[in-house]
Amino acid sequence: MPDKDIRRFDANIRLFPPFIDNDICPLTINNTLLQSCYLRNTEWACGVAVYTGNETKLGMSSGVPEPKLTAMDAMIDKLTGAIFLFQLTVVVVLGSAGNVWKDTEAHKQWYVKYDYDEPWYQILVIPLRFELLCSIMIPISIKVSLDFVKSLYAKFIDWDEEMYDLENNTPAHAANTAISEDLGQVEYILTDKTGTLTENKMIFRKCCVGDTFYGNECGDALRDVELLNAIANGSPHVIKFLTVMTLCNTVIPIKSPSGSILYKAQSQDEDALVNAAANLHMVLVSKNGNNAEIHFNRRMIQYEILDILEFTSDRKRMSVVVLDCQSGKIILLSKGADEAILPCAYSGRQTKTFLDAVDKYAQLGLRTLCFGWRELESEEYTEWSRSFKEANSALNDREWKVAEVCEKLEHSLEILGVSAIEDRLQGGVPETIEILRQSGINFWMLTGDKQSTAIQIALLCNLISSEPKGQLLYINGRTEDEVARSLERVLRTMRITSSEPKELAFVVDGWALEIILTHYTEAFTELAVLSKTALCCRVTPSQKAQLVKLLKSCDYRTLAIGDGGNDVRMIQQADIGVGISGREGLQAARAADYSIGKFRFLKRLILVHGRYSYNRTAFLSQYSFYKSLLICFIQILFSFLSGIAGTSLFNSVSLMAYNVFYTSIPVLTTILDKDLSEKTVMQNPEILLYCQAGRLLNPSTFAGWFGRSLYHAIVIFLITIHAYANEKSEMEELSMVALSGSIWLQAFVVTLEMNSFTFVQLLAIWGNCIAFYVINFFISSIPSSGMYTIMFRLCRQPSYWISLVLISGVGMGPVLALKYFRYTYRPSAINILQKAERSRGPMYTLVNLESQLRSDKGNMMVPISTTPVKNKSSVYEPLLSDSPMASRRPLASSSFDIFQPTHSRTSHPRNIKAN
Amino acid sequence: MEEASTSASGGRAFPRARSGLYYRFTQQNLPAWKPAMTSGCLIAMFLIIGVAFVPFGLVCLHASNHVAEIIHRYDVDCIPNGYKGNKQAYIKDSSISKNCTQEVKVLNHMKAPIYVYYELENFYQNHRRYVKSRSDKQLRYGEYTGTSCSPVEWDNGHPIVPCGLIAWSLFNDTYSFTCGSKEIKVNRKNISWKSDREHKFGKDVYPSNFQNGSLIGGGKLDPAVPLSEQEDLIVWMRTAALPKFRKLYGVIEEDLQVEETITILITNNYNTYGFGGKKSIVLSTTTWLGGKNDFLGYAYLVTGSLSIFMSILFALIHVKNPRPPGDPNCLSWNRKNSSS
Repeated sequence: MPDKDIRRFDANIRLFPPFIDNDICPLTINNTLLQSCYLRNTEWACGVAVYTGNETKLGMSSGVPEPKLTAMDAMIDKLTGAIFLFQLTVVVVLGSAGNVWKDTEAHKQWYVKYDYDEPWYQILVIPLRFELLCSIMIPISIKVSLDFVKSLYAKFIDWDEEMYDLENNTPAHAANTAISEDLGQVEYILTDKTGTLTENKMIFRKCCVGDTFYGNECGDALRDVELLNAIANGSPHVIKFLTVMTLCNTVIPIKSPSGSILYKAQSQDEDALVNAAANLHMVLVSKNGNNAEIHFNRRMIQYEILDILEFTSDRKRMSVVVLDCQSGKIILLSKGADEAILPCAYSGRQTKTFLDAVDKYAQLGLRTLCFGWRELESEEYTEWSRSFKEANSALNDREWKVAEVCEKLEHSLEILGVSAIEDRLQGGVPETIEILRQSGINFWMLTGDKQSTAIQIALLCNLISSEPKGQLLYINGRTEDEVARSLERVLRTMRITSSEPKELAFVVDGWALEIILTHYTEAFTELAVLSKTALCCRVTPSQKAQLVKLLKSCDYRTLAIGDGGNDVRMIQQADIGVGISGREGLQAARAADYSIGKFRFLKRLILVHGRYSYNRTAFLSQYSFYKSLLICFIQILFSFLSGIAGTSLFNSVSLMAYNVFYTSIPVLTTILDKDLSEKTVMQNPEILLYCQAGRLLNPSTFAGWFGRSLYHAIVIFLITIHAYANEKSEMEELSMVALSGSIWLQAFVVTLEMNSFTFVQLLAIWGNCIAFYVINFFISSIPSSGMYTIMFRLCRQPSYWISLVLISGVGMGPVLALKYFRYTYRPSAINILQKAERSRGPMYTLVNLESQLRSDKGNMMVPISTTPVKNKSSVYEPLLSDSPMASRRPLASSSFDIFQPTHSRTSHPRNIKAN
Repeated sequence: MEEASTSASGGRAFPRARSGLYYRFTQQNLPAWKPAMTSGCLIAMFLIIGVAFVPFGLVCLHASNHVAEIIHRYDVDCIPNGYKGNKQAYIKDSSISKNCTQEVKVLNHMKAPIYVYYELENFYQNHRRYVKSRSDKQLRYGEYTGTSCSPVEWDNGHPIVPCGLIAWSLFNDTYSFTCGSKEIKVNRKNISWKSDREHKFGKDVYPSNFQNGSLIGGGKLDPAVPLSEQEDLIVWMRTAALPKFRKLYGVIEEDLQVEETITILITNNYNTYGFGGKKSIVLSTTTWLGGKNDFLGYAYLVTGSLSIFMSILFALIHVKNPRPPGDPNCLSWNRKNSSS
């Protein structure tokens, strides 16, 4: 049956005569070419189309993605709803008032010639006319404008050179153009570790072979003289160790024309191991089908790879069965996580050295792998091989059956040693996290890695602080009760200390999380609300997604960032998904709303692009309501002077042009508005709070705009009808005076609300005013139009210009005074920073200054490696001493105390973490 | 497989030209002017507005005061004593003479040209049903299609020209002025807009079937005169936006001296009694600002003085309570840090 899991394909093939070998052969995903794959390194491929069209894996997994709605859009929708209710009220009130007026007054007005015996439905006419008049109250143009600016926000992200990853030549990309504002409102960031915070560029650093630790002194085993000597002397342990490094993988060597060998590995760990082995003179030269060729100290060794016992996230290890072509021995080579390999050691073997090694390496933030070796009897292998093939051909539960069979072979291993691979922190990660945390964003790290590694990485990248500034709380336990008690205790601590200026964080592992998510969701939700930081270790992709869902259900806006296929679900679940187009492929980047090249770009994405987008949209949307309400209020006021009959003061052409043209163009230039320079925002990331809390678009700011539009409508209306009273009160003239007044006022309002003016804005705002006159002159010169000669006539009248200046003065004076008063005496943080920014330099802040400062800031971000930071000397102690290992011996090499029983460090190819 | 597939973001040449306005635009980096709202700036601004507005208001007031204006309401006075209780009966009864003589005194010297207006109050020329009831096409070309003139469209199947409520309710009071024994000539030509005469009302469109119905609205039109010369109609058809309005009746092209008594002979035909409308006759001179209208002058005066008041107020507040521009220490988070 077709399914959408691209990591699985269970089938069999049987070739019928004339083929001789007509056994059932298992087919797996390795034999499958997925849709839109490119063939590389081969001339041809022979295949059968299994599924086509919508039954392909691609077709199956391309579900209808849930359209994401930003919090801002939701707010705009809410406000639209409120305006709609207001509109209905107006229609009902004025409609019935109009009907009353008609019955009492209009029947006396003989010139209106109302019939006394009208059909009943005439009662609906006046309300419907008001509905028509008020229909522009909800600006249709807002949707168009928003779509336009949103696509530009996205373009700005695409274009941004400061988010261009020079290393991999990838620009940032906004796949979802509709949710840029949400970036400015992020409250929780859920981040993956490997490949996201770290570079996912594995470097073999240390190893422990037999009882000897290599690479401790110089920090690089490849340059450790001792190890090189051991290799030269042919120490059997070391050679076995190297053999596992070279063979126990799925790496494909490719000989380049120049003679050097390149390795194609699916997992960064394997790549690192094979390369390290090559550097240690054990070179994997070629792999042709089942034959592997190894050069070791100028000797050629041939192996035949008999079986590969693949890695799965449940097994956490992989093995290879090889046949040594010279000696004819069949050997099992295993590598995997410590907890997956060490229990398989042959009985009687002391594994304490290795446990210690794993412990030690994990504390340094290194990824560890244990290597095992066993010689097989040929009978044992033959027997096992049959059952393995059987399991591999199974159509049901294949994965489980294979795992069971593999288990049978992987025992009584001779443990060879432990390798430690460094995964360096990406450049700028600690700074980025620091700034984002300062801006009030809470960070959760969700990783498939083990607890101690996660904590080390978290410490290194500023995610958690060590004692006494910070405190780490543990939720663990194997059973439901233990977890419940642990959770309760953490929660209590959290409640007590929430008032203290202490950075609390909690750590939970996948097992406990599973129990919590099924049984104690409520308590955990409370904890999630209280806690700013959390580390979740050993979590599966679906748990990641569940956590995102949980935070979302508390009405937090979440951003999930990750790089691998295991993050896809979390990325899709979150309000905003950010993918890092990194070494684990583009799976995450493709599923995400935004893809960036490096984690540190997240800072700019949120603080610069998100914040500006939010501010701009806040202004744009409220302004759109303002201008629509303005014209509506004028119409409503006019209806009181026109017998509440629903006469439109403005002609239809003006109304249309007002909404579509005169008032839409200038405000669109808000996309260039910057309230604060990027530099100031970066220096004061706390300012993001205004966006997070939605301070710029909420019912109360909207009420301000509503009041402003009402005030402006009254000003325009009163001045117009008084200045154009008596002999001047001609309909078309008066309507144009009112319209001109609205245009003038809106130009001033846009000017007042903008913070920075580029020539585009000045051009749009004042060019629009000129365009207004040009257009109306044009219309006024068409004899058949109702407005014929009106505009020329008006522009010749001094009273027209006098009225407009008066409208502008009266309309803007109080608004300006109020804004000034707020700005100076009740300043928001934004205002203060604006003032600081502007008083620092000349009024004309030139951009090159800004960019210069920006480049300075860029220099600050020196990449930091994962080696422990020396100045962090404070001892890290847990508050709860429930952990038996709480007071372990401090390690000389590390300044951090370790508080948890550190088992080992798993890392395995691809980090697949199947869900 | 993953590397092989196309990049999600598409390859773009990099680096691009690092200059030019477009490049700066893409980097949101266009040179920008960031005005700062300083106290001095704002106080000066209000002060300038005030200083400019107040004298200008005085100028406007002066202009308005310069206008000599006589307003005389006659709709009540013109009803014979016997009909005071039943004005409608009087106005509807065509057998009663509607002539009426009123006298007004010239209080100020009035220089020619003196505009004669009739003023109607509580008359809703802007009522939706009314304002829409016309056919511009018919007025221009004489053809009528559609229903825009409802309810005054057809007279026994013949089209009414000009149709619609506005034309039907044409104002039809007439005035003549005498000063002593001398008749004052009122020029009734060119009282409408030239553009209307030339482009809105047809030269070859003649009134027909007008006011033939059972219910007679307002004035009648001479069927021999084309619409483009029916200036009273043209003036009337320029609907007023407000329920109180004046429309030009004619122009007196001679000066009126102070203390002169002018006798106005009115034919009081137009029915405003049914809805309590007021009718007045207005004689007014004009200035650059138009007729007598104190509003703009007073509005400028008030706005200007308020503006000066605001600037003084702000200046006082500023002196008493100076704020250093942009002290980042005022930021809430910085304050919190320093106190803790």
